[in-house]
Amino acid sequence: MSTDARIVPAASLIPADAPFPKAAKVALGMPQLRKNLAHATGTIRAKRANVAGELDDWERLRDTASAIKADVQHRLPELAIEFERNATAAGATVHWARDAQEANEIAARIVREAGADEVVKVKSMATQEIELNEHFEAHGLKAFETDLAELIVQLAEDKPSHILVPAIHYNRTQIRDIFTQSMGDAPSGLTDEPAALAEAARLHLRRRFLSAKVAVSGANFAVAETGSLVVVESEGNGRMCLTMPETLISIVGLEKLLPRFGDLEVFMQLLPRSSTGERMNPYTSVWTGSREGDGPRDVHVILLDNGRTGVLADEVGRQALSCIRCSACLNVCPVYERTGGHAYGHVYPGPIGAILAPQLEPGRHDDLPYASSLCGACYEVCPVKINIPEVLVHLRQQGPHEAGEKAAMGAAKAVMARPRLWRAALKAARFGSMPWRRKGFLRRLPWPGSRWTVSRDLPVPPKEDFRDWWKERQR
Amino acid sequence: MSGAREEILARMRRALEGAGEAPVPPREYRRALDAGVDITAMLIDRLVDYKANVHHGLASIPAALAGAKRVVVPADLPAEWRLGGAEFVADEGLSTADLDGMDAVLTGCAAAVAVSGTIMLDTGAAQGRRAITLVPDHHVVVVRAEQIVGHLAEALPMLDRTAPQTWISGPSATSDIELQRVEGVHGPRRLKVVLL
Repeated sequence: MSTDARIVPAASLIPADAPFPKAAKVALGMPQLRKNLAHATGTIRAKRANVAGELDDWERLRDTASAIKADVQHRLPELAIEFERNATAAGATVHWARDAQEANEIAARIVREAGADEVVKVKSMATQEIELNEHFEAHGLKAFETDLAELIVQLAEDKPSHILVPAIHYNRTQIRDIFTQSMGDAPSGLTDEPAALAEAARLHLRRRFLSAKVAVSGANFAVAETGSLVVVESEGNGRMCLTMPETLISIVGLEKLLPRFGDLEVFMQLLPRSSTGERMNPYTSVWTGSREGDGPRDVHVILLDNGRTGVLADEVGRQALSCIRCSACLNVCPVYERTGGHAYGHVYPGPIGAILAPQLEPGRHDDLPYASSLCGACYEVCPVKINIPEVLVHLRQQGPHEAGEKAAMGAAKAVMARPRLWRAALKAARFGSMPWRRKGFLRRLPWPGSRWTVSRDLPVPPKEDFRDWWKERQR
Repeated sequence: MSGAREEILARMRRALEGAGEAPVPPREYRRALDAGVDITAMLIDRLVDYKANVHHGLASIPAALAGAKRVVVPADLPAEWRLGGAEFVADEGLSTADLDGMDAVLTGCAAAVAVSGTIMLDTGAAQGRRAITLVPDHHVVVVRAEQIVGHLAEALPMLDRTAPQTWISGPSATSDIELQRVEGVHGPRRLKVVLL
């Protein structure tokens, strides 16, 4: 039954530090990865389209969500202070962290003060972004992921490849093999039935949940008006972490703020339908500070900047802070569907990653805005209407351009500005491309044209151009 | 510490220099279902879609408990709901181990949303603290007719906003394996809804 094939973590094969084109090429050469991705993204696309289509006011909800997020960005300082005041009044301790290091240090200190050396974790992009698990490990603390997909990734010693489903690049049989090889207490004769795999995860984590002293979470929303945090999940691992331990640490990016509790009526319609394609996710937890006799007594919130205020300063780019991490843009992206998440070399992959990563870490990931065909499918599905193509083009303009590219563009500009020269150039191109005429596309040009054709085809210039055709017609 | 707070606030204010007025969000989306929609039928349809079981009337509580021997209940659960042969254990600070030994939990709720099949708990009357509806593997929840609303926007005002809340849409599930929904992970694997 068991294949006993040792699962090689995909992230170990795809070089995270390599430029996107190089990493993408490696990923494209992995047929099983591509098959798994195509299957999973295809499934979720259909589900999303169904449930989004059920709401006759979907577009109006998107408009409102987009405007609420823009409002939040404009009033971020006052909303952050309002959140702090209300959460503190309800018994939470609010911390502020300028960067990853500071957030990790605060979290580690709270864990130690609670007399613990391990934590259970709710799936959180913020903690991945700041590499909290790695920081804990380096300082003698252990973080146990409890979300099923995160658990799979952690057991495989791999890295997440998707915002919502970090193990999207594994199929059920591979997951069974990972459990059998690395879980330690996997049931013998474990099959690759999803229900059996879920049961194995339940047994594996049950005792840990019921005895954990400290939990670490992120938050999907932070409501300024009430000081409440919201976590949206499916399995109940979130509820376990948010309810059972004595100490709870939530690491929350500043952009997660919402002005009013009532705003949840907009976002809780958009988020589940856009992410897992469900009318509503199985469990949503809302908590406000601490409550006597119910849940953690020691409640901490770490408000995280880590580059966000830099993104806020860019008038065009700041809309990336509207992202609610639904991952609909990944699932529809023709690039992501083929390369998967590891090739992007950042915790935020896909279209949203291509505009977020280079802004959060300026000077790095300048290649990511080019990891797109600008087809616009991401903008169409985005529940908060982030104009991703607009930001991609904006970042391309701002990013570095090589001398060669500048020279080529300068030459093109000079030619295109002079009609006679332009016509002559077209003629030359038609003549020069004669040998390829019948093939329809130029697939491989000599340098410097090879810089283009290495990853794209070029249509052969037509036999006659529009002007000649028009002249002929007029006769 | 406070240095970080002041510095982040200063960064935000600097970033927003010249950003202009905040937009006023339009609120033209739907806040209720059309008149005439049978919200109870819709709620049942959604619950069944999530693989929750639906029962009707107080008399169906023993069937919903399905042979559970020890059932934890909030201390303020109405006496007339404690039906059938089970031993009902009122939660007055039960330990986690005690909760783990329970076969089921029986509670009420704060609201139920038809359009998404969502049962909302806010630790109010007949609901108890969060742990009792989480640790037992089998949750039976009683929904009164007047607690059912069509739309999420109608349900939010019915909640105690700053009390701990759990919004439940079906039994525990995961979509983490090939993005197909599978019921039953860490939360209660059986959810039974008794409509009054």
